[in-house]
Parts: sequence; structure tokens; C-alpha cells
Amino acid sequence: MSRSLREVTLWSGLVLVGMIVLTALVAMVWTPFDPIRVTPERLAPMSSRHWLGTDAYGIDILSQLMSGARTCLLVGMVSVAIAALVGIPLGLVIGIGGDRWWARLLLRISDMLYALPALLLAILLAAALGASTTTAMAAIGIATIPVFVRMTRAGTMQVMTRDYVASARVSGIGWPAIAWQHILPNVAPLLGVQASVSFATAILAEAALSYLGLSTPSTTPTWGRMINEAQRAIYTSPELTVWPALAIGMAVLGFNLLGDGLRDRLDPLLKEVS
Amino acid sequence: MSRRLLEVRDLHVSFGRSRTVGVDEVSLSLAAGERLGVIGESGSGKSVTALAVMGLLPENARPRGSVRWKGIELLGMPERRLARLRGTQLSMVFQEPLTALDPTMKAGRQVAEVLRLHRMSRGDTQERVVSMLGRVGLSEPERIADSYPHQLSGGQRQRVLMAMALVNRPELVICDEPTTALDVTVQKRVLDTLDHQLAESGAACLFISHDLAVVSRMAHRLVVMRHGRVVEAGSTQQVLTDPQHPYTRGLIATADLAAVVPGERLPVLEDFA
Repeated sequence: MSRSLREVTLWSGLVLVGMIVLTALVAMVWTPFDPIRVTPERLAPMSSRHWLGTDAYGIDILSQLMSGARTCLLVGMVSVAIAALVGIPLGLVIGIGGDRWWARLLLRISDMLYALPALLLAILLAAALGASTTTAMAAIGIATIPVFVRMTRAGTMQVMTRDYVASARVSGIGWPAIAWQHILPNVAPLLGVQASVSFATAILAEAALSYLGLSTPSTTPTWGRMINEAQRAIYTSPELTVWPALAIGMAVLGFNLLGDGLRDRLDPLLKEVS
Repeated sequence: MSRRLLEVRDLHVSFGRSRTVGVDEVSLSLAAGERLGVIGESGSGKSVTALAVMGLLPENARPRGSVRWKGIELLGMPERRLARLRGTQLSMVFQEPLTALDPTMKAGRQVAEVLRLHRMSRGDTQERVVSMLGRVGLSEPERIADSYPHQLSGGQRQRVLMAMALVNRPELVICDEPTTALDVTVQKRVLDTLDHQLAESGAACLFISHDLAVVSRMAHRLVVMRHGRVVEAGSTQQVLTDPQHPYTRGLIATADLAAVVPGERLPVLEDFA
């Protein structure tokens, strides 16, 4: 890919993500209408008053979308944070452990978690604790841990072969300090890319969970549940499914493009390392 | 001969399940302040010997025999104790200046990291780092200390590595092909500095190279290795003027390019076997 095209990827990702973040920020203080109050203006078409119309309960679509951006980003951030905070240290330890039995055991346990789908985990948690944004975030976060373990371990093992790690060991520096000062900064670009891509996956998972009613309760609008509710009016107002679907698509595309763009941008750096 | 600093006896290192032999029955010893050159082609076991001394062998390696440092056995020593020893008394200059420096850390901090273990104040550390960088022949040491490795030239990086190896005043410095990655003119100047610094600090040196000219310049004594074994050992003078093993004779003859008649093919090692 040419350099300019790579830049386009990064920038379009940044613009999309920026738009969503901005929308979420605005929605925290202002939406055109109340995104949860039922009104008599049911299934209103697009107009200057309701830009994207209203749904079967007479709630403004645009307001719901804006409010949904908040939930979507919150779930994405918290679940990626859970996955990164647990997965990165674990990946570092497993990577440093190399071929030792405990490192192999930990890796297998992480792989077992990999085999457990986020959806199943969410259903389990929702059944045990009741469906809420928290259970959705926890389920998505836990299911993403192995991704970070794998990625961090791979990067760590690569960095471990470098002479500067041997050099640090020769200087008598302990493993915790080596991990923190030498390994982590060198795998950070890799993890940044992974975080962005995982963010996209988390958004999609959240949409799926809220579509199934396994996430945020109906007091807060989410894109997934908007699709679910629009389904009832799909023959009369099919456009109602389109708006939240577009929003989800945009968010997923945005974070994926950002991840791809970051990877391409950071790649020369990674090459220089090797 | 003065007190033995390092004594390697019947060192045998094999790798992996197949027990591929890397080093076989290697014995060598070093007195304080002495410089021993180890020469041999790729795969002759010279680096493995160095790694065994430093306790840096890969996990799948099985070392046997004995490596004694001032009479203390290093093989099988717990990592924690070995780490303390390595930081203060033993150090190493690595081959590839590009991979031996962390690309995400400024050069000065990398030197300081080695020092910091000895509990010094921040100002003192900074001062010693800069003075050490100056001593290894870097002009503008403050600027170098504040640069990332990719902003430095190959020779500058190698000097930073040297500073890292020497800053704790070790008693033994192991140099694993320290100038192989540099071009010839830079190589000479870096070697001059290393020579000078070693002489000044009185540190002993295990100098590993495949370059006869480089080794013979740096070392008092030579060990010639081939296929994991020591084939010849003696003072540099003796080995160079009166080589006993045909392999050593070949090495010396192939290095003497002045003896080649222009237009004739260059001699190869097989000519002397």
C-alpha cells in the first residue's frame, strides 16, 4: 500500500472515531429531545423537528442515537481496559516464563478462556447477576483477555531475543524492571493497535448483547436495543433499523480503520527494532 | 602468574533434546587484568563459551563442567546471586549495537540504569553517565545522553555500549565481536578507545572475534576454537609466529593478503588442512 493511502486509512479512522466521541460528549449535556420519554408523536417521519423521525414510542431517533454513543464508548473503554489490565501483565509473565511449565500452563488456561464465547459468558453473568451494562462490560472484557495475553506474549518473546534484554540482565537488573522499562515500551505499539481493534469488537459485542436484552436496561438507549425495537415496525418503517445499524457500522469501521492506520504508521518503528 | 580471576574447566554445552554439541571440553583461564582473545569461525562455540560464563545460555542449553569466578562456581548458581555478580564484577559488550540498545530509551538512561543499582543520587548518576560517555570518546556526551539509539551512528552506539559495560568498573569485560558491525575505520578508533579504557581500569577482558587482526591487537593470549573445541592456545606472539595446528596456520595465511600475488586466487582454509 502506498504511503498516502495508509495515511487516508489512519485519518478516516480518526475522523470517524472523533465524530463518535464528540457525539457522546455532546449527549452527556444535551440531546434534541429526551432520549427515553415516551411521547404521542409515534413513528413520525423525518422532518425539521425530528431530523431522523421518531420510533414506535414517539422517541426522537437522533437523541437515542446520540445517547447510545455514550453507552457504546463506555462499554468499549471499560471492557478493553479490563482485558488490557489483566491480559498485558499476564502476557508479559507468560512471555518471560517462555518454555517453563507454569508459563505453558497459564497459556493453556488463557486458551481455554479463548474458547468460551463472550455471548455465553454474558448470558451466564446476566442469569446470575441480572442483565446490566456492568455484566455486559465484564463479559466482553473477560472474553477479550486471552487476545491481549496472546498478543503481549508474542511481542514479549520477540523482544526477549534482543540483546538489550540480555544486556539488562548482565547489568543485574531484575525481571520486573526489565519487563516495565524494556519490554513494555517495545510492545506498546503492538498493544495500541490491538486495543483499537478490540474496541471495535467490543462495540459489536455490546450491540449484540443489548439487541438480545443482555446488557443495559431500557432506561438507557443503546444501538443494539434500538434495532431490536425497530424490528416490530420493520414493515411500516424499515428505516428505523437502518439508523442504529449505520451507527454501529460506523463505530466498528472507525476503530478498525484507526487500528489498521496505527499499525501501518507504527510498522516502520517495529521494523527498526528488528 | 597472578591470581586466577576466571577459570573454565572442561566446559561442555549441548542444546535441546537432540543434544547438539555447542562446546566440548573447553578449558581456559584468565588472570586479573589479562586479555584473552578467542578466535574461531561462526559456530565454533566462542559465543556459547562467553554466554556460559555470563550465565546467559538459552533455556534449552545444558552446560557441564566448571566455570569458576575467583574460585566460586558460576554454573548452577541461582539467578539472583548471579545477577548481583554480573552487575558489579562482570560485564559484556554485545555484538550488534543496533539490537543491544533499547530503541525506546534514551542512551543516557540506559547507561544510568546500569549505575542506578548502586543507589546513587540522581545528580551524581547523571554526572557519572556523562563523564563515562566522554571517556569512551564521544564528543558532546550531554547530547548523546539525551538521544535515542536511532539518532546515533553505529560507532556512537557501540561506544554507548562500551560505556554501559565499563561504568561499574567491572573486573572482567567480555567483548563478543564488539566491532564486527562497524566499518573498518570506525572499528579502529573504537578499538583504540576500548584498549585505552581497559588499560586504565585494569579490567581483564575476554575478547571474542573471528577477525585475527583485531584479536591479535587486543589480546595478550590467544585461544583458537573450531567445532566447539580449543585447537590451539598460547601467547599471541607464539600463536602468530609459530602456529602448531594446521587450522591456525590456515587462519594466519588467509589473513595475510599482502602475500597474495595480484591476479592469483586468494588462499582458502582448505589449502592448509
